[in-house]
Amino acid sequence: MSFAMPDFMPALPEMFLLGMTCLILLLDLFLTERSRVVTYLLAQSTLLGALLLTFTLYEEGRALTFHDTFVIDPMGSVLKAVIYLATFLVFLYAKDYLRARNMFKGEFYILGLFGVLGMNILVSAHSLLTIYLGLELLSLSMYAMVALQRDSLAASEAAMKYFVLGAMASAMLLYGMSMLYGITGSLDLGHINSSTAAMEGNQMVLAFGLVFIVVGVAFKLGAVPFHMWLPDVYHGAPTAVTLYLSSAPKLAAFAMMMRLLVDGLAGLQEQWEGMLVLLTVLSLAAGNIIAIAQANLKRMLAYSAISHVGFLLLGVLSGTEVGYAAAMFYVIAYVIMGLGGFGMIVLMSRAGFEADRIEDFKGLNERSPWFALMMLILMFSMAGVPPFLGFWSKLAVIQAVIAVDMLWLAGAAVVFSVIGAFYYLRIVKVMYFDKAEPGLPAMSASLDLRVMLSANSLAVLGLGLFPGGLLALCVATLA
Amino acid sequence: MFADLPLLSLVIWTPIVGGLLVLAAGSRNALDARVLALLVALATFVLSLPLYSGFDTTTAAMQFTELHPWIAAWSINYHLGVDGISMPLILLTTFINVLVVIAGWEVIKDKPAQYMAAFLIMTGLMNGVFAALDAALFYVFWEAMLIPMFIIIGVWGGPRRIYATLKFFLYTFLGSVFMLVALIWLYLQSGSFAILDFHAMKIGLDAQVLIFLAFLLAFAVKVPMWPVHTWLPDAHVEAPTGGSVVLAAIMLKLGTYGFLRFSLPITPDASQQLDWLMIALSLIAVVYIGFVALVQQDMKKLIAYSSISHMGFVTLGFFIAWRIVDNTGSMQGAGMGIEGAMVQMISHGFISAAMFLCVGVLYDRLHSREIGDYGGVAHVMPRFAGFMVLFAMANAGLPGTSGFVGEFMVILASFKANFWFAFLAATTLILGAAYTLWMVRRVVYGPVGSDKVAALQDIGAREFLILGVLALMVLVLGLWPAPLLDVMRPTVEHLVQHMAVTKL
Repeated sequence: MSFAMPDFMPALPEMFLLGMTCLILLLDLFLTERSRVVTYLLAQSTLLGALLLTFTLYEEGRALTFHDTFVIDPMGSVLKAVIYLATFLVFLYAKDYLRARNMFKGEFYILGLFGVLGMNILVSAHSLLTIYLGLELLSLSMYAMVALQRDSLAASEAAMKYFVLGAMASAMLLYGMSMLYGITGSLDLGHINSSTAAMEGNQMVLAFGLVFIVVGVAFKLGAVPFHMWLPDVYHGAPTAVTLYLSSAPKLAAFAMMMRLLVDGLAGLQEQWEGMLVLLTVLSLAAGNIIAIAQANLKRMLAYSAISHVGFLLLGVLSGTEVGYAAAMFYVIAYVIMGLGGFGMIVLMSRAGFEADRIEDFKGLNERSPWFALMMLILMFSMAGVPPFLGFWSKLAVIQAVIAVDMLWLAGAAVVFSVIGAFYYLRIVKVMYFDKAEPGLPAMSASLDLRVMLSANSLAVLGLGLFPGGLLALCVATLA
Repeated sequence: MFADLPLLSLVIWTPIVGGLLVLAAGSRNALDARVLALLVALATFVLSLPLYSGFDTTTAAMQFTELHPWIAAWSINYHLGVDGISMPLILLTTFINVLVVIAGWEVIKDKPAQYMAAFLIMTGLMNGVFAALDAALFYVFWEAMLIPMFIIIGVWGGPRRIYATLKFFLYTFLGSVFMLVALIWLYLQSGSFAILDFHAMKIGLDAQVLIFLAFLLAFAVKVPMWPVHTWLPDAHVEAPTGGSVVLAAIMLKLGTYGFLRFSLPITPDASQQLDWLMIALSLIAVVYIGFVALVQQDMKKLIAYSSISHMGFVTLGFFIAWRIVDNTGSMQGAGMGIEGAMVQMISHGFISAAMFLCVGVLYDRLHSREIGDYGGVAHVMPRFAGFMVLFAMANAGLPGTSGFVGEFMVILASFKANFWFAFLAATTLILGAAYTLWMVRRVVYGPVGSDKVAALQDIGAREFLILGVLALMVLVLGLWPAPLLDVMRPTVEHLVQHMAVTKL
C-alpha cells in the first residue's frame, strides 16, 4: 500500500479556520480587557477570509479528498458560505450584549469559531467518521458556550441538560453507524450507498441501524419527539448564545441529514421517508401548538424553530431533487429569519434587562416605529405570509410534497401554519396594539447592530420580493 | 399618450411607494403626511382613469398587459392585465381610496401617518389582486393585503378590536391556504402559474371538485358566505370608519372576483355539479341574514349583515347560470345573471361605503353606534339626513339607484332558472327595505332622542363632498348603467361560453 499525499486544496477553508482560531486563542491570552475588541475583529476577519476561500474554491461538480472522507460540492460550498455569514452576524449582534454582561471574552469567539469548523467538517463529510468528528467538535463547542455564563443557574442547567441529552444522541448515532459498518464493512458513504442499494430482501439489521441514525439526526435538528432539550437550552442560554445555536448549526444539521440519508442511504428512502413523515407531523403539531402557550419570547421562538424543522423535513422526505432544493431554501430562509428574531431580543436588551418576555415588546411601535416594523416583517415572514421570504420557503416545501402526491401532508402543513400564525400575530399585537409600560429604559444598542439588524430584516423583505436568485442557487446546487 | 405607460404597475406601485413615503414623512409632521397621502391617492385615481378611457370594449382579451419574468425556477411571471371584470373594480378601489383618505382627515388623531400609509399600501395590494394574471402573484397580493388590514383594525378600531382583528386574519388566512394548495397542484399539472393557462387546461371531475372546494373555502370566507361569515360583523363593528368602508366596498368583492377569475373558468364542471350548494348558500345568505339584519341594534352591524345579504345576490347571479341554460337553452340569460351580479358588486361598493361613512359621521359626533341612542337626527342635521335617506333607499334597491339595477337583473335571471329561486331572492326587496328603512326611521326621523342629539352639528364641507360624490355615483349608475355594462359585456359573454364547454 503506497502512501499518496492527499489533495489539501478542497479543505483550505477548514485549515485556514483552524489555523486562525488557534492563533486567536494564543493572542487572546496576551490581550488586556480593554483591547478585547481585537479578538472580535480577528474572529470576524477569519470568517470573511474563510468565505473568500470557499468562494474561490467553488466549482461545479464534486471532488473527494483525504481518501474519500472529505467531499467538496456546490451544496456544501453554499451552505458553508451561509454558515460564515450567519456566524458573522451572530458575532456582531452579540457584541453589545456580551459587553453589558461582562462576557465579552475571547472564549465566546474562539468556541464559536471551533463550532464553525465543526459545521464545515460536517457539511463536507463523506464518511461516517468525518460526520462524527464534525458533529462532536460542533456539539462540544456549543455545550461550553451555553455554560459560558458561569454564575447563571438557568444557563448551567441548560448546559447540563444539553450535554447529557446530546451525549445520548451521539451514542445513538454511533450505534446506528456501527450497524451500518457491520453490514456494509465500510465507513465511506459512497460505498455504503452502493452496497445498501444492492442488497435484496428485508434487511432487518439495516433498518435497525437506520432508526438510530434518524434518531441522531432528529435530535440535532430538534424534531419532535427528540426536541425536549431545545426549548430549555434556547431559554436558559444567554441570548447571544441562543442566537448562535439557532442559526448556523441548523444548516450543519441539514447538511448532516443530507449526507447520511441522501448520499449514504438513498437506497433505503422508502423506509426513512416513513420515519420522517412521522417526525414532520409531530414537529408541526407540537411546535406550533405549544408555542401558543409561551410567555417567553425565546421559548416561543424555540418552539417555532421546532415547527420550522417540521417544514424543512417536508422537503427532505419528498425524496426528490426538487424537494432537497426546497429544504435547503427553507433552512437558509429560516436562518435569516431566526437571526433577525433573536437579534431583536438582543437589540432590545441591555444591562440587567433581558427583554426576552413577550410583554417586553409592548408598545414598541410608540417607542421605536422603525424596529417595530422590522419585527413585524420578521414575524409575518415566519408565519409564512407573502410577500416575505418565509412564504416562498413554505411554498417550496409544500410544492415538493404535492409533487409526490402527498396531498394530505400538504393539507396538514398548511393547517398547522395557520395555527402557527396566531402566536406570531400575538407579537405584532403586543407591539402595535398594546400601550407601552412606563419606565422602560431607552434603547441603547450601538449603530452597527441597528444597521445590520435592519439590513437583516430588509433582506427578508427583499428576498421575498425577489426570491428567484436564492431559489435558483439552491436548485442549481442540488441538480 | 397613456398607452405606452405601464398603467397597471403604476396603479399598484404608486400607492405602495407613496404609502412608504407617507410613513417616513409622518414621523416629522402629521399634516404633511395627510397632504401627501391625499396627493398620492388622487394621483393613483387619475392614473387609473386611462384604464377606462383607453379600454377596448369590443374584446374579451386581457388589456394593458405587462409580462416580465419574476421567479424563473418556478416559471412565475410578473404578469398583469385587466378585462371587463377587473377594470371596473380597480377604478372602484382607487376611487374609494381617495374618499377614505379624506374621511380620515381630522378624525384620526392617533398616528395619522401610519393610518394613511396603511390604506395607501392596501389600495396598491388590492389593485394587484385585480390585475394579477399569474396565480402566484395573485396569491402574494391576496395575502399581503391582510397585513395592513390587520394593523388598521387592531390599532384604530373599537373596544374589542384585538379579538376582531385576530379573528379576521386567522379566518381569511385559513381559507386562503387551501387555495394555495390547489394553485400549487394546478401549477404542477400545467407547468406554469399563468391563470389563463389554468383556464385552458383539462382537469378530471374528481380533481375539479377538490379544487373547487379549496377555492370555495378561500373565496367564501372573503365574500363572506353563510356559514363562514361570522368574522365580518365583528371586523366591521370594531374597524375604524375607513376600515369598514374598504372592507365592505372592496375586500368583499375580492371573494366574488375570485369566483369569476378562478372557480368558474378553471373548474366549470365542478361548479355545475355543485351549483345546488352555491345556490342554497346564496339564498340562505339573502333570506336568513336579511332576517338577522332586522334585529340588529348596532348600525354598523346592521349594515354588515346587509352586506352579507347583498353579496348573496352576487354569488346567486354567478351560479344560476347552468340552471338557466338547462331551462331555456340560451346563453343570454346566463350572461344576464353574471352581469347583474357584477353590477351589484360595483353598486354595493358605492352604497356600502356611503352607509358606513354615514354611520361614521354620526359616530364621530356622538361616539355611539347604537340605534337607540339616536332619533330625530333630521331636525338638527337636515343635509346629512337627506344623504342618509338616499343611501338607505339605494340599499333597499329603489329603482333609479344603482342598487336596483343589479338586484333586478339577478332576480330576472333567476326567474329563468326556477320560480322559487326568484321568489326567495325577491324577498330581499322586502327584507332589505324593512331593515334599512326601519333603521332610518329610528335614527333620522321621530322626535329628537336626547340632548346630545339636539346638540349635533350638521355635516361640514369635507363630509358633504364625500357623501355628495357617492350620491352622484349611486344615481348615475342607477339611471344610466350602460357604460358599465358595455365594458363588462364582451368579457361576460366570453366567460359564459367558456363555462359551457366541459373541461373533462
